[in-house]
Amino acid sequence: MPEQSQAARPHQSERPPLSERPMIEIRNVTRSYGAFKALDDATLTIKEGEFFSLLGPSGCGKTTLLRMIAGFDNPTTGSIAVGGQPMEGIPANRRPTNMVFQSYAIFPHLNVEQNVAYGLKRLRLEGTEEKRRVEEALAQVSLTGLGKRLATELSGGQRQRVALARALVMRPKVLLLDEPLSALDKKLREQMQVELRRLQQAVGITFVLVTHDQYEALAMSDRIAVMFGGKIAQIASPKEIYQRPVNRQVADFLGGMNFVKAEIVEEDGASLVVDTLGFGRVKTDKPKAFVRNGGAATLGIRPERLRVLWDNATAKFEVAGKVVERHYFGEITHLIVEIPGLEKPLSVTETNDFGADDIPVGTSIRLAYDPEALVAMAD
Amino acid sequence: MTAAAEGSPARRMTRARRNALLQSEPVQGFALISPTFLYAVILLVLPILVVIAHSFWTQNYLTIDRTFTLENYRIALTEPIYRDLLWRSLYISLMVSFFTVVLAYPIAYFISFHGGRHKSLWLFLITIPFWTSYLLRVMSWKVILGYNGVLNSGLMGLGIIDEPSTALLYNSTAVIITLTHAWAAFAILPIFVSLEKVDRTLVEAAKDLGDGPLRSFLRVTLPLSVPGIISAALIVMIPTVGDYVTPKLVGGKDGVMIANAIQAQFGKASNWPLGAALSVTTMLIVTLIAGAMVLIIRAAQRLAR
Repeated sequence: MPEQSQAARPHQSERPPLSERPMIEIRNVTRSYGAFKALDDATLTIKEGEFFSLLGPSGCGKTTLLRMIAGFDNPTTGSIAVGGQPMEGIPANRRPTNMVFQSYAIFPHLNVEQNVAYGLKRLRLEGTEEKRRVEEALAQVSLTGLGKRLATELSGGQRQRVALARALVMRPKVLLLDEPLSALDKKLREQMQVELRRLQQAVGITFVLVTHDQYEALAMSDRIAVMFGGKIAQIASPKEIYQRPVNRQVADFLGGMNFVKAEIVEEDGASLVVDTLGFGRVKTDKPKAFVRNGGAATLGIRPERLRVLWDNATAKFEVAGKVVERHYFGEITHLIVEIPGLEKPLSVTETNDFGADDIPVGTSIRLAYDPEALVAMAD
Repeated sequence: MTAAAEGSPARRMTRARRNALLQSEPVQGFALISPTFLYAVILLVLPILVVIAHSFWTQNYLTIDRTFTLENYRIALTEPIYRDLLWRSLYISLMVSFFTVVLAYPIAYFISFHGGRHKSLWLFLITIPFWTSYLLRVMSWKVILGYNGVLNSGLMGLGIIDEPSTALLYNSTAVIITLTHAWAAFAILPIFVSLEKVDRTLVEAAKDLGDGPLRSFLRVTLPLSVPGIISAALIVMIPTVGDYVTPKLVGGKDGVMIANAIQAQFGKASNWPLGAALSVTTMLIVTLIAGAMVLIIRAAQRLAR
């Protein structure tokens, strides 16, 4: 898991506090195809100026929800409002939203300028206003000077920028992005993540991003909704989603996580006390929306929150075990450590600064952890 | 390997060379296309060469004088009758291709965009008229358009006309109507194919950018289906110029086309060289018009941006 160390947000600049005004209100929206529910009773509010991500595996309903906001699909039941205006019966062409399509949908018979100006033509702007806005949009996505190129003469990254400029030039209330970076290679994708985030802060438009890439969502969003099987599992900030996942499914989807069986000993409004085999009795913050399922729960800890204790170093909280596997990933090493009493060995991600890549398989080691890093969750 | 080992060194060499030859890509390519290539040479290229050769010769009662002459072309291009026939043929074929495309486009559009899971069923249904002979279909138009035909009696029954109209049959309009119907399927298919290739997200993108259904059709779907329109128009125009069965059956005196004249030269008039010259002239003019059509539509497409 080499990306784990990069999970830190690449662009965490100061930003003005978000407006509390709701921009998109989704109320009890269900979309069924016969007996199959692509989206099941989703309720969610996206605030003005927010960078919001819908994250989940394919088939979780995230694209269905995005297409319903855009007006390409309609809820079977429930309502969607954009900017306080109910969207029922309003076709896609009259909604204050614009979309960046996964395939970019660049018009092949038009050049870059004509693509960007496509939506402006209908507005019949006066004089050179149209030209000015097209150039402004092209500058925003760093495509100045490429206006006369045909869509077929552009690289994937450039096509993506054209799609972005074409939507932004309309000055929508909401920009919808349907997996916009999935077709780009890794380097370009990471660069575009930073650029998209910067652009969103510069224009201040509400962005709704659909993605299946957890790092993309963590790096760019103000808030994330994690979805599984048509249902929203958790809506929270990237940090909270990553550190306090509401259940195993969310924890698992957001990168590696060690799961340890736990028994609930005590529960009150804010905290949870559980008994585990490897970690003993632990008191943790109770995750929001925790639903007790009998006496059993799961305790989780991220692999990078377990640290190898060198030589005679001690820590207040530690577990002892034996290395059974070692995987080298360049800047980090991934150790699999068997802990007596635990049914599954723990994964540990350790940076290579201190020689974690040289620990032989079979070595007995001790691991330090911060009890803050332990998270109790529903099964 | 044993066979190769037994052979003399020289034989082994030729064999190796032959293998190398057989494995070279161009040779394999020629080998693969040779049956169709021969077929095309024997059935297409040779007959055309024969026709071209005849067009420069002279019919001398029963024999053919093989001295080179341009006399046939002079007749073909200057005799008013042939000029008129050629013009009429071109006019009819252009009208037919225009109406066929105009009528075929909505059908192809419907099947492609609203055919759902039944696209192949719709296409199959379109081919049903072709299960009967072309002659029968032309004859049935005679029944519809004739003096006592379906259309006349229908109109009389409704009291719209008092006596049967003779303007329906035995003129170039009748030829245009019949050919338009006959060639519909050939126009529907290429247009359907080009519409199928239009990426539906492009239409969605147009709607997302503010276009209603009509505007998104005119600005995205129509321009992107132009290749299908061009091929449909050409597929209809090129063969209809040379059609002679339809004008013979429903065209009457006013609907005679150039192909009827060509047929007469090869038949009753027995002047093969003149028939050949007329054929070659027609071919050249059709080629020029087809080329011009492609250029005009492309230019219109560029202007429409």
